[in-house]
Amino acid sequence: MIVADKKPIEEIIDMVKGYQKILIAGCNECVTVCEAGGKKEVGVLASALRMYFMNEGEKIEVDEITLERQCDHEYLEEIRNSIDQYDAVVSLACGVGVQFMAEKYFGTPVYPGVNTCFMGVTEERGVWSERCQGCGQCILGKTAGICPISRCAKRLLNGPCGGSTQGKCEISKDLDCAWQLIIDRLKELDRLDEYEEIAPIKDWSTERAGGPRKVVREDVRQ
Amino acid sequence: MRLRYPDTIRIIRVPCTGKVDLIHILRAFEKGADGVYVVGCMEGDCRFDNGNLRARKRVEQAQAILDKVGVGGERVKMFNLSSGEGPRFVEYAVEMTEKMEEMGPNPIKIAMQKAA
Repeated sequence: MIVADKKPIEEIIDMVKGYQKILIAGCNECVTVCEAGGKKEVGVLASALRMYFMNEGEKIEVDEITLERQCDHEYLEEIRNSIDQYDAVVSLACGVGVQFMAEKYFGTPVYPGVNTCFMGVTEERGVWSERCQGCGQCILGKTAGICPISRCAKRLLNGPCGGSTQGKCEISKDLDCAWQLIIDRLKELDRLDEYEEIAPIKDWSTERAGGPRKVVREDVRQ
Repeated sequence: MRLRYPDTIRIIRVPCTGKVDLIHILRAFEKGADGVYVVGCMEGDCRFDNGNLRARKRVEQAQAILDKVGVGGERVKMFNLSSGEGPRFVEYAVEMTEKMEEMGPNPIKIAMQKAA
């Protein structure tokens, strides 16, 4: 899922100061799971904003809605008939949702309510970590299901480097060396001979370095 | 025991303090409550394993938010006791009431009255 973190309330207050009526829009997908922008967080943020502005003697109306997703037309269309009554929207979706909302409702200011961080997993409640950088050419089949692009600080394709010590990365004692994990798992799978194969230079044009990306599939396109 | 505790307190019964969500605490302040305290079982004695520990986290979250919005995080507190400790229940009720008297009314309540 896409992992996001909450933005400090002060930052959101600064963004919406001066507006009379705002909509807090949550998203039922990834940001709900990582407890940053789901229905609960929408309620909490709306309540906090109402209290802050009431306390400041400013009259502001704060409405709440949580859409199934903010990265698809059909769900964003649900607010088409009501969007014009708001001076601004604070979207608690990931950066994708915020942008799609802004694209769709061109005349309404849309502000981000979360900091979008990465694609990752829930290690345990309250702990999320990165697993994928969306490089566009998955090599997990050759690396025992452990991604050196997202989990090695140097994104090495033929690791480990000299900074790997007792299974940990040199940038942090708390960070596993991805290549140690790969070797351990290849050993477990009895595929260690694959480690001897030198990975060729990766085509980074499918990664972000090649500019904004797009997937077009004519087989499903209408 | 027929113990007396301050009559300004409204008790909201929940099956476990783990049921108390952050939004419940915040809504109470939005509606004008001067203070909110959550009374859970002793830590380690939760019938549902960690309900009271979750409640503590939520109380801490509420404290942080209330500080930021100018209401004051000290207006919300978590207490723990066993079901047999009636006198301690009264102690906590008195402690919280005295604290609220010292802090004065919830500023949101005053702002709402001004706005009305």
